[in-house]
Amino acid sequence: MARVTLAQALNQALRDSLAADPEVVVYGEDVGPLGGVFRVTDGLFAEFGEDRCFDSPLAESGIAGTAVGMAMYGRRPVVEMQFDAFAYPAFQQVVSHVAKMRNRTRGNVELPLVIRIPYGGGIGAVEHHGDSSEAYYAHTPGLRVVTPATVADGYSMLREAVESPDPVVFLEPKRRYWSSEDVELPVRTAPMDRAVVRREGGDLTVIAYGPTVDTALLAAEAAAEEGYDAEVVDLRSLSPFDDETVTASVRRTGRALVVHEAPGFAGYGGEVAARVTEQCFHYLEAPVLRVCGLDIPYPPPHLEEHHLPGVDRILDAIDRLQWESAWVPDTRPVQAPQARAGVGA
Amino acid sequence: MTTSDAPPVAAPFLPSLEPIRLIDEEGRRTADSARGGFDLPGPDTLLALLRAMVVGRRFDAQAGALAKQGRLAVYPSSRGQEACQVGGVLALAEQDWLFPTYRDCVSLVTRGVDPVEVLTLLRGDWHCGYDPKTHRCAPQCTPLATNASHAVGLTYAARRKGSDTAALVLMGDGATSEGDAHEAYNFAAVWNAPVVFLVQNNQWAISVPLHRQTAAPTLAHKAVGYGMRGYHVDGNDAAAVHAVVSRALAAARAGGGPALIEARTYRMEPHTNSDAPQRYRDDAEVEHWRRRDPLARLEALLRSEDRIDDARMAEFGARADRLAESVRERLARPPRRAADELFAHVYAEPTPQLRRQREAVRAARARADHVGNGGR
Repeated sequence: MARVTLAQALNQALRDSLAADPEVVVYGEDVGPLGGVFRVTDGLFAEFGEDRCFDSPLAESGIAGTAVGMAMYGRRPVVEMQFDAFAYPAFQQVVSHVAKMRNRTRGNVELPLVIRIPYGGGIGAVEHHGDSSEAYYAHTPGLRVVTPATVADGYSMLREAVESPDPVVFLEPKRRYWSSEDVELPVRTAPMDRAVVRREGGDLTVIAYGPTVDTALLAAEAAAEEGYDAEVVDLRSLSPFDDETVTASVRRTGRALVVHEAPGFAGYGGEVAARVTEQCFHYLEAPVLRVCGLDIPYPPPHLEEHHLPGVDRILDAIDRLQWESAWVPDTRPVQAPQARAGVGA
Repeated sequence: MTTSDAPPVAAPFLPSLEPIRLIDEEGRRTADSARGGFDLPGPDTLLALLRAMVVGRRFDAQAGALAKQGRLAVYPSSRGQEACQVGGVLALAEQDWLFPTYRDCVSLVTRGVDPVEVLTLLRGDWHCGYDPKTHRCAPQCTPLATNASHAVGLTYAARRKGSDTAALVLMGDGATSEGDAHEAYNFAAVWNAPVVFLVQNNQWAISVPLHRQTAAPTLAHKAVGYGMRGYHVDGNDAAAVHAVVSRALAAARAGGGPALIEARTYRMEPHTNSDAPQRYRDDAEVEHWRRRDPLARLEALLRSEDRIDDARMAEFGARADRLAESVRERLARPPRRAADELFAHVYAEPTPQLRRQREAVRAARARADHVGNGGR
């Protein structure tokens, strides 16, 4: 076992992907000799040469667009967008071409490519360096959108993303880049389209992903001291959504809240809440709550603590899950037998 | 990782202000001064250009008629731009790729794609009707200029693998204003990708004339800023387009870098069948360009040099009519694609959610079939 950071695990995943498949190429802004502004591509240029890892001009739409062309020719490009907000120029390429090429061509042209995007706040950066842009991508059919929360997942999910026949938007929680775990690489964890229960609990389900999974786990520990036994589900894949794992958890606990950094309004948490409600309605003891970023542009670093969902806000939300009005089973005999449509079927 | 103090040399990249022309508007060979160092292609090539233009124009007219009949959802005509599309495509080698837009149906027919598959998009049957890999033709691109970087990536990848694949990107004058055009030109030049960007300057971007699109002396001048060669060519002279694209492709293939070619032409028809050009342009302007018809010009040259006669022209016409008739017959019935296909190509395998939605659509369909047309 070695102590490995998330950035190192991602780096190793890229290295092993390059070694495993000669079609894999890694490129983007500053990913060559510098090794990327977060050093995720550190050493790849030296080890694999500029045929396999290279700097591109500073133009995100061009990066995404050329990746489409390379994938059309059979390569597997893994491109880096330097920061969440700097990926927006590539949005048209991602939405109109990356996501749709397989569909437009009736499956004749597939685009096995990965777009890596460091996202989220909490690193004390100035504006345009802290956006949580996941909902834009998750809203786009044809993309797989995944985000690792652990070091082991960082390695495993990136390997799997590179191997995927579908285009993958790989969102890296940048404030977790330097968090470390004892892990032996290479490692393979659960399939990247499945959610994982990070902490088991019987009273409520906290649904989180990427940068907020650690926060949710900390909150669960604090909640335990207050008498609540929280289960924490790490979604891992935002699209497709693992209904099975989430539904099973919420049907067991009867209460759910979803946590993310992005503004709550029209955000990913709304989708989670709607799905949970649709599929667990008769099991719910309280409305599904969202603990999200404020509905403001990402704040300056001195104020970001107010914006980011922390342990206290999660605990406050747990308090609001209507514990005082717990549902009591109605044990009176049923007068006329009525078949109830299969719940959630 | 080195920098150079050598002064940049822009002169070789500069296009001529006068378009390169090998056949004049009356169908005569031009003087050396107009040719920009290019030679008129041989008679076989000229005959192939004319034949493809005759076929292309007939196809285009047929597609326009089908749009009027409601058999196509929409049709953006290539009429007037045949020399650009045919001249460009016939310069391609077997292994090369074509990146067309929605206005370039004639280029696809010229490349050998089944005309019915070409019209799949405009018929509303599916988005791309042909397998791009069969003829090495990318899907027709509607978001302007966004396919240009695809060509750069594809040819860069091919070149790195030792292939001599080049690509021809078709763009319009309006597309040169898009940011994606800029990024593609720059990537192509920096990566030395074997791509030729053929800008069909047809003077109008729907209703917006060229002078509201650019302040550049010519669109080809934009090449200089990227460090690639620019050519300015008469886009109604198929021989000139073919000669210039051929040389640019050969140079790109040989490692000489990409090129930007502006072909000056004219969109004879409305933007699409639902446009109203009388609101923004004069008939006199259209008439001016009608007298510069690319087909008539090449035919006149070939007739004056005894390379073609009435019989041969009738043969071309018959070939074109057969193609049009086949298109007509095969599009007579409305398409009936199964709704299941909506879910088949979103991902390599449908996700659980898409499988559920597929079942729901199937069930709704079965219910409608059961109840009949009056059912919901």
